[in-house]
This record gives sequence, C-alpha cells and structure tokens, in this order.
Amino acid sequence: MSEDRGPQEGATTEVDRPGGGPTAEVVGERTGMFGVHGSGDTSGYGGLTRLVTLPPAATRPYGSWFDDAVDVLAEVLAEAGVAFDDAVERVVVTDPRRPVEGEGPSRDAELTLHVAREHVVAVCRALRDDQDLRFELSLGVSGVHYPEDAGRELHAVYHLTSVTHGRRLRLDVACPDADPHLPTTTAVYPANDWHERETWDFFGIVFDGHPALARIEMPDDWPGHPQRKDYPLGGIPVEYKGATVPPPDERRRYS
Amino acid sequence: MGLEEAPSGFLLTTIEDLAGYLRKSSVWPVTFGLACCAIEMMAAGASRFDLSRFGMEVFRASPRQADLMIVAGRVSQKMAPVVRQVYDQMSEPKWVLSMGVCASSGGMFNNYAIVQGVDHVVPVDIYLPGCPPRPEMLINAILALHQQIQDSPMGVNRVEAAQAAEAAAMEATPTSQMLGMLR
Amino acid sequence: MTAPAHDAPHATRPAADDYGPGVAGFEASGGDWDEIAREAIGEERIVVNMGPQHPSTHGVLRLMLEIDGETVTEARCGIGYLHTGIEKNMEFRTWTQGTTFCTRMDYLAPLYQEAAYCLGTERLLGITDDVPERANVIRVLMMELNRVASHLVCLGTGGNEMGATTIMTLSFTAREEILRMFEAVTGLRMNHAYIRPGGVAQDVPEDFTEHIRELLPSLRKYLAMLGDLMLANPIFKSRLTGVGVLNLAGCFALGITGPVLRSAGHPYDVRKAFPYCGYEDYDFDVPTDTAADCYSRVVLRIEECYQSLRIVEQCMRRLDETQGAPVMVADKKIAWPAQLAVGHDGQGNSLDHIRHIMGTSMEALIHHFKLVTEGFGVPAGQAWQTVEHPRGELGVHLVSDGGTRPYRAHFRDPSFNNLQAVSVMCEGGQVADVVVSVASLDPVLGGVDR
Repeated sequence: MSEDRGPQEGATTEVDRPGGGPTAEVVGERTGMFGVHGSGDTSGYGGLTRLVTLPPAATRPYGSWFDDAVDVLAEVLAEAGVAFDDAVERVVVTDPRRPVEGEGPSRDAELTLHVAREHVVAVCRALRDDQDLRFELSLGVSGVHYPEDAGRELHAVYHLTSVTHGRRLRLDVACPDADPHLPTTTAVYPANDWHERETWDFFGIVFDGHPALARIEMPDDWPGHPQRKDYPLGGIPVEYKGATVPPPDERRRYS
Repeated sequence: MGLEEAPSGFLLTTIEDLAGYLRKSSVWPVTFGLACCAIEMMAAGASRFDLSRFGMEVFRASPRQADLMIVAGRVSQKMAPVVRQVYDQMSEPKWVLSMGVCASSGGMFNNYAIVQGVDHVVPVDIYLPGCPPRPEMLINAILALHQQIQDSPMGVNRVEAAQAAEAAAMEATPTSQMLGMLR
Repeated sequence: MTAPAHDAPHATRPAADDYGPGVAGFEASGGDWDEIAREAIGEERIVVNMGPQHPSTHGVLRLMLEIDGETVTEARCGIGYLHTGIEKNMEFRTWTQGTTFCTRMDYLAPLYQEAAYCLGTERLLGITDDVPERANVIRVLMMELNRVASHLVCLGTGGNEMGATTIMTLSFTAREEILRMFEAVTGLRMNHAYIRPGGVAQDVPEDFTEHIRELLPSLRKYLAMLGDLMLANPIFKSRLTGVGVLNLAGCFALGITGPVLRSAGHPYDVRKAFPYCGYEDYDFDVPTDTAADCYSRVVLRIEECYQSLRIVEQCMRRLDETQGAPVMVADKKIAWPAQLAVGHDGQGNSLDHIRHIMGTSMEALIHHFKLVTEGFGVPAGQAWQTVEHPRGELGVHLVSDGGTRPYRAHFRDPSFNNLQAVSVMCEGGQVADVVVSVASLDPVLGGVDR
C-alpha cells in the first residue's frame, strides 16, 4: 500500500509543471510504483518519490467575478453579525484551463469556500438572498471522508449555482469524526433534503434540524455507513475453473 | 406457432409431451425488470424482437398470474426480500430466468450492496449472461427454457430425475478445482 | 445551528407542527409504513403501497400513498432498491475503468454519465483544452442521440403506464434505429463505456455520416407519428393537462432542473449556461412552456428531440470536416493506448498497435502495460462538472488524492433530486394522477439509487 497522506483539495495544471505557477503546498508523498515497496526491492521502482501537492489558499485578486462575490458575501455576513474570517476559513480558486497571459481565470474556473460548520446556514442564506450573489439553485450535498485528516475527517461539499448571474460556487464544510454534526441547510435550500439523508446514510454525518433524517439508500436497519473509507467494499471471492479471484479491494494494487 | 412446431405424429404418446408443450407455449412473465436488463427485456417485448411470437407478450403485473420471473437486473440487498416475496406469490409451475450477469452472479458489482447472484434467493432455471444481453440473447435463453419445459419430467419421473441430479452434483468436481482444459 | 424559521421553505412539513399540546408526533421515515399509519391514524385512512415491483415500468420505486377515497393525502417515496454501491466501487478502479461503472447508473442515458465523469477527470488533469475537436464533436453527437433515445423511452413507458401500448411499441421501434447507430460506433446497444478521459475510445466507422443522414428523416417521421398519436388525443390530454403542476418557485426550491423546470417557464439549460464539449458553437433552441403540467412536459420532450436532431445535423457537418483527425488526447501518458478496429477475423483489436508493442519496442510494451493496469495519475484536488442530462442537470463531484484511482466520485443524479417533487405533485390529487406525475418526472431508478 503506497504511503500517502491527507488529500484535501483544489489542484490546477500548475502542479505538473516543474517550477511553473504559484508555489504548491505539499500535503503528502507517494513512494514506489507498481505496488512495490520496502527493502528487498531491486526493481528500482521503490526509489521513486512523488509529492502530492495542493495549491495554497488563493490570494487577492482572485480574478473574474470571484473578488466581487467574496466582498459582497463579507458585507452581508457582517450585517448579520458574522465576521467573514470566522465563517470562511479558506478561499481556493482552481482553473482547469491553461492560464492566458494577462487574463484572469477562464470561465471554467471554480471558486471554493471552506466554511466553518457553525456558520454554514448563515453563509447559505446570504448567498441565496443577496441580489448580487443570488445562488438560488443548490445542486446537492456530497460527502467525502478523509480519515487521515485528524479533526476534519468528514466533509460535506455543497455546489451552488446562480442561474441569474451564470455562476457556480462550492462550499466545503468539515466536521470531526468524534462529533459528526452539521447544521441542516434545508431551511435555505429544501432541495438538500434527500441529499443530506444520503450523506447521513453513507457517511454518518448528522444534519441537526433536518425534518426527517433517515436512511434513504440502504435498508433502514443497515449497520454502518458504507461509503466511509473504513467500511469494506464487501464482495466475495469469485470462483473460476481452477482459480479464485479475490474481491476488488483485496487484489494486488498497481499503485 | 407454425406448423413446424406441431408434434410429429398426430397422436401424442405421453402426458409429459402434452403438458410440456402446453406449458411452454404460453409462458407469461411477471414484470420484474430491475435495471438495465429491464430495458433490453422491454425491447425484446417490443416490435422488433417480438416476444409475442412465443406467446409471451403478456407481462403480467401480478405474480399470481405469471409463470416466469425474468430477474432482469442487479438485485440489491434491499430488494432481495421483495424478489423472494414475488417468487413465493407465483403459483406452480413456475420458472426463473436470471437475465444478465448481475442477476446470475453479481456481475461487475462485487460489493456490499448487491446479492451475488439471485440464486442466493430463488432457484434459477436458466442463467443468461450479458451486460446487458441483447434481446436476441434473451430470446435464445427463453427458447432454451422452453426446451427445458418441454422436456421436464412429471410425477415419479420428476422425483427420480431430482435424485439423479443431486447425486451427480455431489460427485462433481467443484468449480475451483477443475483443472486442465478450462473451457 | 438554530431551528428553521416556521415560514421558511421546507421540503416536508416542519417537525414543530406535529408537537403541539395533545398532538402526538410520529416521524414517518423508514420502517414499516403500515404499522406507523395504524398507530398514528387508525383505520380511517388507507395506506397503499405501490411497488417496488409494479407495472409502472420506472423501475424499483416504492410509493407509499395514504389515500382518502380517491384523493391522495400523503405521498412518500421509498428508494434504494437498486442501490449498487457504484460510487464506492469506483474508488477501487482506475480512472479509465470508472467509465465502465458510472455508465450503468442511469442506464437510459449512459453516455451522459460517461461524458460528465470524463469531463470532470479532464478538469482535474488540466487537459480540457487538449481534447481534440473531433472527439468533442463525437461526444456531442452521441449525447444528443442518447437524449432522443432516452426521451423516446420516457414517452413510451409513460404511454404504456396509462394503458396506451401503441405508444410504447412505436417509441421502442424508433429507439432501435438509434441503438443500431450506437452499436455501429461503440459496439454495444447500452452501457457503452465509450467516452474515455481524454477523448473517445475509437473513431466512428467510415460510412457513419451516411447512415446518420438516412436515420434523421426516419426519426423525424417517428417523432411526428408519436406527436400525432399523443398530443391531440382527448383521453391523453384530459389525463395530463393540469396534472402534476409544479410552479417555478417550487422547482427552484427543490432544485428541479431539466424538462420539468423548463415546463414551468425557465429556460435554464446547462448547454447554454455553462457550455462544455463545444456546445457554445452549436445552433439550437431550448424549448420552454409555462403550463408546468405533465402535458407540457411531454410536448417539451418531443420538441427537445427535434432540437437534438438539429444538433446532430451540425455534428455531421463537422465530422465530415474533421475526417482523419485524432479522437484521443495527444498526451500518451493519458490516452488509452489502442485505437480499436475490427480486423479480418471480426475481432476488435488494433493490430498495428500490437505489432508495435510486441515486436518493435519493449518500452512501448511496458508503457502500455502500466497504462492499462496501473492507470494514469491525476493531480490532487476537487472538480465539479455538470451536463444537461435528459432528466435535468447531472453533476459529478470528483476528488483526487493524486493517485491512479478516484478518491471520491459522487454523482448528483437529476432523477434522485427530482423525485423529491413527488410529494408536492401528488398530494391532493387523484390516485391515477400519481402514475402520470411520476412518469412526467421521468425517474430512472438506476440513477436515483446508484
């Protein structure tokens, strides 16, 4: 099993270019290749190391519409009595297209706000209601489990779309495994109802205030939360004539 | 059914032949489409790959009126009790055709959510691999099942046949120990 | 974490309503509906369980209806009967193999899952600019044909559920024409695994544009026949008009996208709002209606089929122009190694490629081997990609940890989201209208349950 530490988020093309682009933050290191590790390996692959990097928090100016949006959000939050730096822990900008000299991020660039869990509902309300933000369409909640990221293992990722302004936004909220509670956003975006149920079902994140938080995909009495990293894939060895193939999570890894 | 299907010789010799012929000519499937294979099953029932040639276009919604359960698609853990309940509601004689690899063996989904083969839940008469099997493949499997129904013994013969099959299975080599030509 | 305001929009009634003095509160979520109803309501109301096995061919959807005579007073959906754990399975396969898994989620529109997943992977890789134009044209062509096929199934099964079997046979016959095209290009009628990260698996056959040019008039004829059969039929109209109404505010509150939103009047289409695969260069309209009922959704779906055929024509022109161009990204570290072709023996192999790796170059063999077994590595990060799926907006959230396997692949399926509207659409209506409303939402349970 190759050693790799906590992945978090937001990489761009810069990662692959030696020496090019903004400095990347190293969050992990992968050693070996082809499943080869440890001493006694004479193939030479064991000596290969690659760094897992993420871009650091974006610095002003972010470019495109991102600056205005963040400023408006800060204003609206201040009016509601929430300091912007308390609510939004980190702003990350990623762009899948190659940067063009002199121009800001392309139209496919993504803005991610890492939001503290206490302020998620206030942030959502501000994003939905303010006329310059107007992110009226919520496209659901996605859960991610990072077991190596101590204290921030369970993430819920919200994707919002502003149909009025033609914009997209991502909110990334984290909570620890020991206290897997997040406030529900169904009061602001009723669309998140089933998505939060699904995230509870698969990750065990409890959404406080949800009208009916129950399992939705798995049977009602299923133990455990299947999409967590510590939940096995399940599966049985498959019998062929003269051979048995183990299930996918127990086979040899080529990475 | 065309003239070529008429039994040879004008006088039928055994009740088995007659019963088998009557049963296979009008097998009514129960609507049990689960996933992708259900769409191919519907396509098999539609105009191009017409199943009504075989007397089977009547997909009964109620299992009590059906003879054949075509388990078309992946059976999840939540659905397994429902499969069993529908099977139990069907009246004898009944057959099961497990359509597609997911119903036959779990298919590509070897994980916590899928029952690895519907034969864990109901007894299966014909397995049809494919992902999804073409409608022609489904018709081939149905015709093979028809042949099976035609040849199925009754009464004392049936008991003897079951005992013989069980004895043969007890002595057969398990799959994982078959060696040599792997075909 | 304050309690939601009493008048704030809710998907379900606020729990606070149930806990007044002397009012017993029951949380009716999960568990045996019959038992809960018997405790809470007594014998006056009837609870009808539709499904998960029922003739409404939308798949294994369980509808729990509490009815008072013919009127539905409460409608709830039970899903999860087709949950396959595809998203978790994808975490144990390489990025390219992920296509084979995600394609089986919504099996009526498999190319959309593939396209969204591959576009998301290309975002993470940073090769969105490098995907060849011909590959994008082929992707658009296949997706639009798939949209027509999916709408045909929706109309066909909808008609079948209402008892009109001719609609089903007609639409399935039309769909067979499209499936023949899919088979010619990808080798399979369904669940193709054709769109790969970086492009498409192989180029279209040489005589493909001629076949499509023959196909288009035939499809238009079938669509006209369907329109004639359905849209002026008085029984059809009386069963569908004014049924399953969901207005614009309701659609946005519940995150409904696709034909249901457009039937409420808003022309939101991801192909226009956030274009991908070069959609900004195609000339097509987004049909909308204002009636927001089931009838207008049927009209819209037929109209969308016509618009898709318009796009297909434009794709044909571009395919002719880009004849011979590559269909896979140039970077050999990412591109799937072989361009398959049907050889003399009828088998699909790329003989040139095999000759090269087996006979000429050891490095090429190693490279091929590593690329196929280990897969390419994708830089760490998150990406979100949406496509305009026939049922709404399909979103893919991909998280990479820098490795050769997806760390997390989440699919925001439009049917999953749209089924939340069943309660709103059906409560207060007749039992017979439930089937019609659900059919107009067009859920595909493979996508709902994943």
